[in-house]
Amino acid sequence: MNTKAWSIKLHPMYGGLQLEDHKTGSLTQGLQQASLPPQLLLPLKQHIGVTNKALVRPGDRVLRGQLIADSSSPISSPLHAPTSGWIREIAAHPVPHPSWQSDTCIVIDVDGKDEVLPSHAVDTQNLSVTKFIKLIHDAGIVGLGGASFPTSPKISRGDNLGIETLIINGVECEPYITCDDILMQTYTDEVINGIAWLQRILKPASTLIGIEDNKPEAIKAMKQALSAGNLDNTHVVDIPTIYPSGGEKQLIQILTGKEIPKAKLAFDIGLFCQNVGTCAAISRALDQNQPLISRIVTLSGDGIRQPGNWEVRLGTPISHLIELAGGYLDNQARRHLVMGGPMMGFSLSGDQVPIVKASNNILIMQQQTIPQAPGDHAECIRCSRCADVCPAQLLPQQLYWHARAGAYDKTEEFNLFDCIECGCCSTVCPSEIPLVQYYRTAKSEIRAAQQAKFKSDRARIRFEFREKRLLLRKQQEEERRRLKREALKKKIPQVLNDDSVIDPVQAALARVKAKKQEQPVANPPKNTTNLSAAQQRQIKEADARRRTAHEQRA
Amino acid sequence: MILAILTISLMAGFFGLILGYAAIRFKVEGNPIVDRIDALLPQTQCGQCTYAGCRPYAEAIANGEAPINQCPPGGAATIVALADLLEVEALEANDEHGEHHEIPLVAIIDEQTCIGCTLCIQACPVDAILGSAKHMHTVITDECTGCELCLPPCPVDCIDMIPVRQTIDDWKWTAPKARPDLAHEY
Ligand code: SF4
Ligand code: SF4
Ligand code: SF4
Ligand code: SF4
Repeated sequence: MNTKAWSIKLHPMYGGLQLEDHKTGSLTQGLQQASLPPQLLLPLKQHIGVTNKALVRPGDRVLRGQLIADSSSPISSPLHAPTSGWIREIAAHPVPHPSWQSDTCIVIDVDGKDEVLPSHAVDTQNLSVTKFIKLIHDAGIVGLGGASFPTSPKISRGDNLGIETLIINGVECEPYITCDDILMQTYTDEVINGIAWLQRILKPASTLIGIEDNKPEAIKAMKQALSAGNLDNTHVVDIPTIYPSGGEKQLIQILTGKEIPKAKLAFDIGLFCQNVGTCAAISRALDQNQPLISRIVTLSGDGIRQPGNWEVRLGTPISHLIELAGGYLDNQARRHLVMGGPMMGFSLSGDQVPIVKASNNILIMQQQTIPQAPGDHAECIRCSRCADVCPAQLLPQQLYWHARAGAYDKTEEFNLFDCIECGCCSTVCPSEIPLVQYYRTAKSEIRAAQQAKFKSDRARIRFEFREKRLLLRKQQEEERRRLKREALKKKIPQVLNDDSVIDPVQAALARVKAKKQEQPVANPPKNTTNLSAAQQRQIKEADARRRTAHEQRA
Repeated sequence: MILAILTISLMAGFFGLILGYAAIRFKVEGNPIVDRIDALLPQTQCGQCTYAGCRPYAEAIANGEAPINQCPPGGAATIVALADLLEVEALEANDEHGEHHEIPLVAIIDEQTCIGCTLCIQACPVDAILGSAKHMHTVITDECTGCELCLPPCPVDCIDMIPVRQTIDDWKWTAPKARPDLAHEY
């Protein structure tokens, strides 16, 4: 470890906002362990990518850590039983999703024994990159910062690319959320061990752990852990508190001054970014042989009695957590639930939905802060405040006009897909236009059109292939007929010109005649001759039965 | 004089280079307009446009033989895209050709009733039906374009069209609405 004073020059981020952070409420007490609820609801899909298939059936008994759903796609993440119990059903239940729709969930009746699946320890000595990636995948690890993109494909793309800087994201810039803060204070060693694993695999020249300066306790804990000197060239960098410095591109900009070129990824410029929660999950998977079955969730907002952080098994209904936290502040008041923070989160259909891998925060507000479907709004007055705060250097006003007009190709020209949906623009808009909602609409329309295009391209290929096949078959058939005709043509004149050869028609007739004459003189024996006395009797009896039956019917 | 000739020859050479570059850079192959029209058609291959598939219809449009509003599966979006490409006015969809379904349909075979006659396989334009003589047939839902061409040949009427199953991933955000009469805080 370098004992010399280490310093780094920070770079400014574009745009952004100073927000009231509302973080003290949930930090008044340390991490608490949530009890097991009677039932867990596990949506089959808790990641970005391909949906899992259930590997269990109703009535099965499962143990903690047992694989219960998986997919063969690399862009997916398997699911494990968070505790022991019995599978009640695999059915549609409300899930945390902006659509408020239901999705297929595995429902486990918890037996309370929390019995672990016996597993053999993984050999982590001389771990190859491929093996590491497989272990990470098999442990069901996804980005725990909120995006829930499977971690293994992210690492496999960084493989052998000569990572210059590994960036660990401990920024957590959205108001109210404190789960990463508590994690760094409570599970410091796991975070450090997870970073050590990433360093062994990616071999970065240096590692920067970015933490916002409103988390002094976490910074202290992490710095102290680093002072043990187990990690080479690794530094905690406290960065100014400004929203959204926790965005991957924004954090990279602040720490390195580098911008990721359009249509490139961080590792294309020698960088790799991981969230602190994901690091801890990697350590649990490799050092403790434990798949991702729980996470830390912040309960916050002005509508909950005791805000705080809870380590929760995946699938725990939010209502169970709220009960543990003393319940709603005002049971009569209309309350409003949001998953994620007030800037990027989405409203929930109710408290019966479960905690999933992406649930970093449950915001419980007395007033509706984020409606599910924003209603009407006033007109844009072209003040361009939105452009001033956009951290992605976009022109939100132009995006808005084009998205509103349905000119989605134009929105793409204005780099719609660089929008990180941070909500800075909507926040400052004096007309209170739900700008992000427009961008999300445009993005989902464009994605749907891409999917339709993909499908129609496939249909075209299949159609053309079929046409070709039919044509080929027709040609082959014609060719076969032609050859036959030719062969016949060759044969017939030969026959006619040569007297020694008999006409084929005559020959065939002669063959038939010969066969008829060959008929045997004596009739062959019947199957009723040479029978024993017993057999004869059986036949007589059967005949008698038949006769009586006939007479009766008559 | 010499200067003038020189300038003009130089300019000619320069423009020649540009043209030569443009010819390579913007080179087109095949019948590009038919390809580009075909690329916008939904490839359902249903024949509702009265042509024997999407490509023949694309050819007819390119030859000015057919209006752009005869493709029910494509609906209004396809008409707008075609109008954009061909720089013509977007027409109302001609509903004589059929109805546009917002959620696309796929065929499903009642496997208990199927007698395995293979007639539907022969009708399917994209090989989306699987089966063999005297055995039960089934539709590969992911490949079915919903063209309905397998329905009429089935002697036991055991094929149905159902809307594609929508999952949570098919859900789309809806846009809010601007109301000019609403006052803003400014
Ligand atoms: S939501 Fe998108 S457009 Fe608006 S400020 Fe953030 S990045 Fe810019
Ligand atoms: S901040 Fe709002 S009103 Fe101002 S230009 Fe942007 S969208 Fe228009
Ligand atoms: S009507 Fe059917 S065959 Fe004709 S262009 Fe449309 S999808 Fe293709
Ligand atoms: S046409 Fe009908 S009966 Fe014949 S194979 Fe197809 S589904 Fe079965």
